Amino acid sequence: MKLTLHVWRQAGPSARGRFVRYDVPDGSPDMSFLELLDVLNQQLIARKEEPIAFDHDCREGICGACGMVINGRPHGPQRATTACQLHLRHFADGAEIWIEPWRARAFPIVKDLVVDRAAFDRIVQAGGFITARTGSAPEANSILVPKPAADLAMDAAACIGCGACVAACPNASAMLFVAAKVSHLGLLPQGQPERDARVMQLVAQMDAEGFGACSNHGECMAACPKEISIDFIARLNRDYIRGTFL
Amino acid sequence: MAQPLAVQPSATPSLARSLIGMKAIMATSGVILFLFVVGHLLGNLKVFQGPEHFNAYAEGLRTVGAPFLGRGQLLWVVRVVLLFALGAHIWAAIAVTRASWRARPIGYQRLESTHTTYAARTMRWGGVIILLYVIYHLLDFTFGRVNPSFIPGDAYHNVVASFRLWPVSAFYGVAMVVVGLHVYHGVWSALQTLGLHRAPTERWRRGAAGVIAAAIVAGYVAIPAAVLAGWLR
Amino acid sequence: MELRPQIPAGALTDKWERHRAEIRLVNPANKLKHHIIVVGSGLAGASAAASLAELGYDVSCFCFQDSPRRAHSIAAQGGINAAKNYQNDGDSVFRLFYDTVKGGDFRSREANVYRLAQISVDIIDQCVAQGVPFAREYGGLLANRSFGGVQVSRTFYARGQTGQQLLLGAYQALSCQIAAGKVRMYPRTELLDVVVIDGRARGIVTRSLVDGTLATHTADAVVLATGGYANVYYLSTNAKGCNVTAIWRAHKRGAAFANPCFTQIHPTCIPVTGPHQSKLTLMSESLRNDGRIWVPRQRGDQRPPDQIPENERDYYLERLYPSFGNLAPRDIASRRAKEVCDEGRGVGPGGHGVYLDLRDAIRRLGRPVIAERYGNLFEMYQRITGENPYVVPMRIYPAPHYTMGGLWVDYNLMSTVEGLYAIGEANFSDHGANRLGASALMQGLADGYFVLPYTIGDYLAQAKLPKVDAGHAAARQTETEVAERTRRLLLVNGRRSVDTFHRELGRLMWDRCGMSRNAAGLKEAIQRICVLREEFWQDVYVGGRGEDLNQSLEHAGRVADFFEFAELMCHDALEREESCGCHFREEYQTPEGEAKRDDARFSHVAAWEFTGVGKAPVLHREPLAFEAVHLSQRSYK
Ligand SMILES: Cc1cc2nc3c(=O)[nH]c(=O)nc-3n(C[C@H](O)[C@H](O)[C@H](O)COP(=O)(O)OP(=O)(O)OC[C@H]3O[C@@H](n4cnc5c(N)ncnc54)[C@H](O)[C@@H]3O)c2cc1C
Ligand code: HEM
Ligand code: HEM
Ligand code: SF4
Ligand code: F3S
Ligand code: FES
Repeated sequence: MKLTLHVWRQAGPSARGRFVRYDVPDGSPDMSFLELLDVLNQQLIARKEEPIAFDHDCREGICGACGMVINGRPHGPQRATTACQLHLRHFADGAEIWIEPWRARAFPIVKDLVVDRAAFDRIVQAGGFITARTGSAPEANSILVPKPAADLAMDAAACIGCGACVAACPNASAMLFVAAKVSHLGLLPQGQPERDARVMQLVAQMDAEGFGACSNHGECMAACPKEISIDFIARLNRDYIRGTFL
Repeated sequence: MAQPLAVQPSATPSLARSLIGMKAIMATSGVILFLFVVGHLLGNLKVFQGPEHFNAYAEGLRTVGAPFLGRGQLLWVVRVVLLFALGAHIWAAIAVTRASWRARPIGYQRLESTHTTYAARTMRWGGVIILLYVIYHLLDFTFGRVNPSFIPGDAYHNVVASFRLWPVSAFYGVAMVVVGLHVYHGVWSALQTLGLHRAPTERWRRGAAGVIAAAIVAGYVAIPAAVLAGWLR
Repeated sequence: MELRPQIPAGALTDKWERHRAEIRLVNPANKLKHHIIVVGSGLAGASAAASLAELGYDVSCFCFQDSPRRAHSIAAQGGINAAKNYQNDGDSVFRLFYDTVKGGDFRSREANVYRLAQISVDIIDQCVAQGVPFAREYGGLLANRSFGGVQVSRTFYARGQTGQQLLLGAYQALSCQIAAGKVRMYPRTELLDVVVIDGRARGIVTRSLVDGTLATHTADAVVLATGGYANVYYLSTNAKGCNVTAIWRAHKRGAAFANPCFTQIHPTCIPVTGPHQSKLTLMSESLRNDGRIWVPRQRGDQRPPDQIPENERDYYLERLYPSFGNLAPRDIASRRAKEVCDEGRGVGPGGHGVYLDLRDAIRRLGRPVIAERYGNLFEMYQRITGENPYVVPMRIYPAPHYTMGGLWVDYNLMSTVEGLYAIGEANFSDHGANRLGASALMQGLADGYFVLPYTIGDYLAQAKLPKVDAGHAAARQTETEVAERTRRLLLVNGRRSVDTFHRELGRLMWDRCGMSRNAAGLKEAIQRICVLREEFWQDVYVGGRGEDLNQSLEHAGRVADFFEFAELMCHDALEREESCGCHFREEYQTPEGEAKRDDARFSHVAAWEFTGVGKAPVLHREPLAFEAVHLSQRSYK
């Protein structure tokens, strides 16, 4: 396949970025999108030009490292699929593809398509955990978790922290990510003692990081490779209001 | 030494300081405004029962609560609540909108939307248009400044007088559609913001918001339409 | 170099308990004065860093990803074993211990494995308390499944994302400590060398992957939790960043490297599609419960699978192993697949694939049941291959997956360099010559939560550790060497990209030191590696600058280390003149083509000492004694 790529190139956090056009003559429908970038990078290296920097690691859609906006869609056009799992068979031969980094104040660009998502880590540090000192745990089956609660918690816990929700949200809001964490822990009996404090802390940190507000567009859910539902955002709001008044 | 650990209890939580809190304020005030819009519509539809009923209703608004309350007192209470809600709603809307604009200083070359609706995307400008509309509307029917032949106390006459001019009717029609869109996303959104959405309602809640909004638009638009058609005079 | 396994005396069942009672403790007031470096934030690293910080130590933790949550452990799918016996099917600590030793083909230490089995139950308690959403039964109790060909149900799981959920649990515990100021986290920071002062590990040299700054961090002990090295094959199921650098650097500074040639090749991966392939994806082994594996009887049969009649299909595993059939262990299933493909009966592009066919199961159980069991796997397969497995049988092929080898460690998890510890996949660990499914997660967390935090205190309590800082001559020297090496990589300015070198090395290792090995091939490989390595240093093109985010440079450093390490791997494979577990030497097989162990000569851990690049490494042997288990030939006929 022949493809024309317009890739955002930016030398550093404060450098001016711009789109650069590249023609890739030898794409294959069986290639993943990141493999397409690999192939392009090999061509750039052969010409002694600087390869395109992008984050990736597992290439299995689970580590959450990869992420770029492909033709206006975070992680590209395919439902429930990360960029590393997106294959070129979903593009037409001769297609023109625009590739941009996540754009949000809280995710500053490091280089090219690489952004800094440390804000997510700081949100979790603010209270996205259940305190359970090693060695202090009771016998596992002494805590009963109804299957529906466990399943729902797992739906939320599936978040890979990729940041596509922020990238897709017209307001650059991190509500889906935070909602997923709050719901995962808040749905389990183990998470109850710290439930109110947790939601207050996470929300405070989310605001401090400079994410936008949620106006319930639902774009985050549509972009989320793990299809985390915005029902969890309702749950987050509920928990927050509960935490405020109780 | 082993560290005492736990999620730190947060400092004084305040609804007015967090984005979720502001949204909750916006949703609550929005619901109050929504209830007014519904009530106002039900009242306005009395216009189809003729001038006596309608004017009696307008008068009635001022005398409800008698003999415990004086003339217009309850109306003023409602007005204060409405004004307060409107103020809070606008304040929160501005704060939240600014936070969201700040959150993405550099935009995309291209960002496609797949899930959001036209209504959701036009909430902000829709709100502004509604505000301008309400100002005009008050000057028209409450203060009579822009009404072609304002007769204090004869609401029926004032309404018909205004709507007989087709540009005024058209403007109302457009405004009603804007209100409808705002309400369509607003109702759905407020339930989400207040955390009242639960999984079992997922399949029909969008549709329900749509039906409510459509009913409101239809009800309101019926009045200028009827005037133009000559049914009300 | 002397290998002192430090295995406590006493009965197998009491060793750990007694050891814990006897080892020295660090005075609580002194803990904060001890700075411990943990490199790696996978299951092993994150759990260790969090637990050490909870105990009061001053901890620094490093990882090369942008967040500790993205460590390779996140990708583990199947589950984690524990001897809880919740299913009342006769499981016990002893049975888990026995299965693990036998599964490892009797090449692991009894004492370590027994401890692992004992601790396994605590791990589940710990993870549940942290909020890991393990699968549940309707009554609210934990659910189990059977996994990896054992006869009991002892595997705990969280959908197909067990590793993710366990890692998030450890990551959250770590985050809690970071917030409390007890752990300093250094993401996007790569270890490039270990600082050894007076025979003790006293720090590390790191490079910031964002701006290239080199830094020396000193400490009282260094813990390497840097994962496995299956990427020496280029194509593997491991994440792209997995590397041998940390443990190789430690090896060069004096840590013995144990059993480097023990690499597990997983039978059910999605085959290569073309020359662009950058990594391989694992399909869960559970598919083998209902899937039948076959190839056409005729070589070069190009017909689509549905046009090949039943009597022209060869269900070779069922034919060769009537009792285990499609559930034969990983190493056997892998080797047999390679065999039929080498015969020219492979399917799919390039002939590197065999069918994993669920047709019969779909007919028998109906599509909804199969969708319920494997729906997400089918979806993943379809996403990658574009083929619908409900209609067309899946194609699978073996791929490098896990490395049992690693730094040699004693019972306390300390390497042969004092104060240098290795945990998780980075050590040679408890899996012998072959790891059972769902045991790596168990081992990583056992090391990190429950072993290292105790045993490290024993060292810190008695070691005389004079204060050192980054200005120490040895530290400065190490940093200079790192800087020089980075500079050299950038200076070569040759014609070939790092990637092409890595691919070539990987291909060579796969062909000569992969699923089956022989003396001639290994000798040839050693020569080829040396030639390629020379060529690498003459002709590689890295590009860009050192003081910048430079992914080509990161890769170059890792590949340079793989080149040195690959040679050791071949030496080890050559030296071990037997077939055991995943290590199959063609010269040593039974007439039916099964692995032939040689317990008389090779019942030992091979621990290698570094003598110089391109120089023959020196072998040390740690004999393995078996008291509780009976050495037997594995048979799955
Ligand atoms: C696809 C797949 C599925 C699997 N499924 C299972 C399963 O179901 N059950 C099971 O038990 N096991 C499974 N395994 C094996 C298991 O996942 C791993 O063995 C285990 O997670 C390794 O954990 P670890 O903590 O030792 O290392 P890793 O998780 O690999 O972590 C390594 C850490 O070290 C850091 N690091 C590495 N090098 C450097 C350096 N030079 N400088 C700084 N930091 C560095 C990395 O950043 C990372 O944080 C699976 C493996 C794969 C590939
Ligand atoms: C003065 C004019 C108004 C302005 C400027 C305005 C503005 C807005 C804005 C910007 C939003 C938020 C969109 C979002 O981020 O989710 C909003 C939400 C809402 N508005 Fe208004 N609005 C106005 C009047 C009204 C009126 C008259 C009503 C009553 C019908 C109303 C009902 C609502 C509701 C229910 C919401 C939903 C709150 C939520 O998202 O949770 N608004 N409004
Ligand atoms: C066809 C549509 C409408 C008609 C015929 C209508 C008619 C009227 C009339 C006659 C009054 C004056 C009542 C009085 O002073 O006794 C009034 C007041 C008012 N209307 Fe409307 N209205 C319409 C739509 C709307 C809409 C859509 C809104 C809000 C979004 C609105 C908001 C108001 C407000 C805020 C007042 C002032 C209430 C008060 O404090 O007295 N109206 N309307
Ligand atoms: S919620 Fe979805 S899109 Fe957002 S970080 Fe998690 S996985 Fe990514
Ligand atoms: S797209 Fe944004 S507005 Fe809310 S529902 Fe999702 S965070
Ligand atoms: S590279 Fe891990 S999710 Fe894409």
